[in-house]
Amino acid sequence: MSLGAKMQGQSRWFDRVILLVLIGFAVLWLVPVIWIVVMSLKPNDVLMRSTAGFLPIPFTLENYANLLRVSTVPSWLVNSLIVATAMTVLTLVVSSLAGYAFARLDFPGKRIVFVLVLAGLMVPEQAVFIPLHTMFADWGMHNSHAALTMPRVAVPIGVFLMTQFFKAVPRELEEAAELDNASRLTVFWKIMLPLSLPALTTLGLFTFLHAWNDFLWPLVSATETNMYTVTVGLGSIQGNFAQSEGLGSIMASAVFASVPVVLIYLIFQQYIVRGVAMGSTR
Amino acid sequence: MTITTTATPTLAEHPSVVTGRSSAWTAYLFLAPFLLVYLIFLVYPLFKGFWISLHDWELVGGYREYIGFLNYEDLWYDPLFWRTVRNTLTFVALTVPAMTVLALALALGVNRHTRTHGVLRGIFFASSVFSVSVVTLVWQMVLNGDRGLIAHFLRSLGMAPVDFLGHSFWAMPSLVVTTLWWAVGLPMALFLAGLQQIPGELYEAAELDNASRWTVLTKITLPAIRRTVMLVVVLQIVLQFQVFGQALLMTQGGPGDRTRTLVQYIYHTAFRDWQVGYASAMALLLFALMFLASMLQLYIGRRED
Repeated sequence: MSLGAKMQGQSRWFDRVILLVLIGFAVLWLVPVIWIVVMSLKPNDVLMRSTAGFLPIPFTLENYANLLRVSTVPSWLVNSLIVATAMTVLTLVVSSLAGYAFARLDFPGKRIVFVLVLAGLMVPEQAVFIPLHTMFADWGMHNSHAALTMPRVAVPIGVFLMTQFFKAVPRELEEAAELDNASRLTVFWKIMLPLSLPALTTLGLFTFLHAWNDFLWPLVSATETNMYTVTVGLGSIQGNFAQSEGLGSIMASAVFASVPVVLIYLIFQQYIVRGVAMGSTR
Repeated sequence: MTITTTATPTLAEHPSVVTGRSSAWTAYLFLAPFLLVYLIFLVYPLFKGFWISLHDWELVGGYREYIGFLNYEDLWYDPLFWRTVRNTLTFVALTVPAMTVLALALALGVNRHTRTHGVLRGIFFASSVFSVSVVTLVWQMVLNGDRGLIAHFLRSLGMAPVDFLGHSFWAMPSLVVTTLWWAVGLPMALFLAGLQQIPGELYEAAELDNASRWTVLTKITLPAIRRTVMLVVVLQIVLQFQVFGQALLMTQGGPGDRTRTLVQYIYHTAFRDWQVGYASAMALLLFALMFLASMLQLYIGRRED
């Protein structure tokens, strides 16, 4: 009895130590971000003298005001919003249509087509970004939202996820509808899509975040400053910027550029973390 | 798109029988949008990339000459290519084990159903949503030798600050630490998913035996998630092999090519030196290596089943 109590006491003590270590790590994870946000709220001339400290004193919103007034950052943000939204919508449409065909319809050559599509999962972006660049150059389409959007829609992970999802939907739900002589598209639209809302949400979130954070393709495709996405734009102002006189403004740009993804993360955290688990079961 | 399946009762009872010609056409119509994009923007470029790699091909000006496999031969004698391969492998060798251990440790730590642990989980995953250029901006400030966070800290301890990113030894570990901070969320979430699939009975049995925590970890938990461990390791090797943004933005490959990575070299060869043919040869070699890694992952998955 006393032995058990002692074990329990030890274990509780052990739990506390682990929790403290975890909190320590969490602080390490947060401190860089907090410091950057604090700097974005300080005047540039104060930062010229010292970047130390975790309190925004003296406090100013001037960096953000300047950002909105004179810099190109807002237009980069708009580009990112357009590209990420278009990519998300297109990916959801083509992936759910194709996933439904693979999961529910029979057609000659189904197995081989599915294998060929899955094989695309192994093709990294770096293997195709050079030929893609020459193609879009031939078409004269660089520095457009379409060029930034289309290549990513071809990535088959969405088709794979939607196929898996539709396969798990009980067939009875569809059979009832087929008795009513409903067309396939109606069945798909009225029954399957509403059922797959959670899967679509997860796929949509991941596509949006990927699109927002995409770096290599927009870096080579968008060469005009006004066509940069925020990710490429923020990359373009780096290079010894730590010595710059406008340190506060640069930090404000970074914070401003991260607001959309941070908001999405705060709202949809459950979906995003669960989505990772969903992808792992393949 | 008004293709209807003729719904006689017998067909409706056996939906798999509905395989007439019209149903096949329906399927192709459903597939068409994706297949079109897939063929144009993934399959065709892959073959075109190979075609380009057989040429002395310049990005601008239109000069191109068929040279067979000469680009691949040249790679063999290119010291900078081998340098970047070695740098990339060093980065992978430092990042992957550290990432796996850290992610597993964090997952084991936060795998509890309290509010505090939920918040901690959220914090460790949060940095993954930042884009690479935000992460490099944050960490260039943190690591800056003069005005950086670590420099302030070292000074307050009375130590001399270090210019980490310009330092011949510290530059590479700096990129590794940045990457750990940025990307630990994904493997941590994978481990959490693996941990939550372990049947509770296993732990109840251990509790009855009064097994120590260490025994439970090494005899029950780790064996139960060994598939996840393999998955994370292979996934991380493939992902970290593609390291690019961190090196490009934080060290520009320096000091003295010490952190120049393979993808960075491909990018520079194609878009700074305009040698698209040579860059394509490297890109396809990178693809071949990653293809092998994916095959390895499939093989491991099969064997475990």
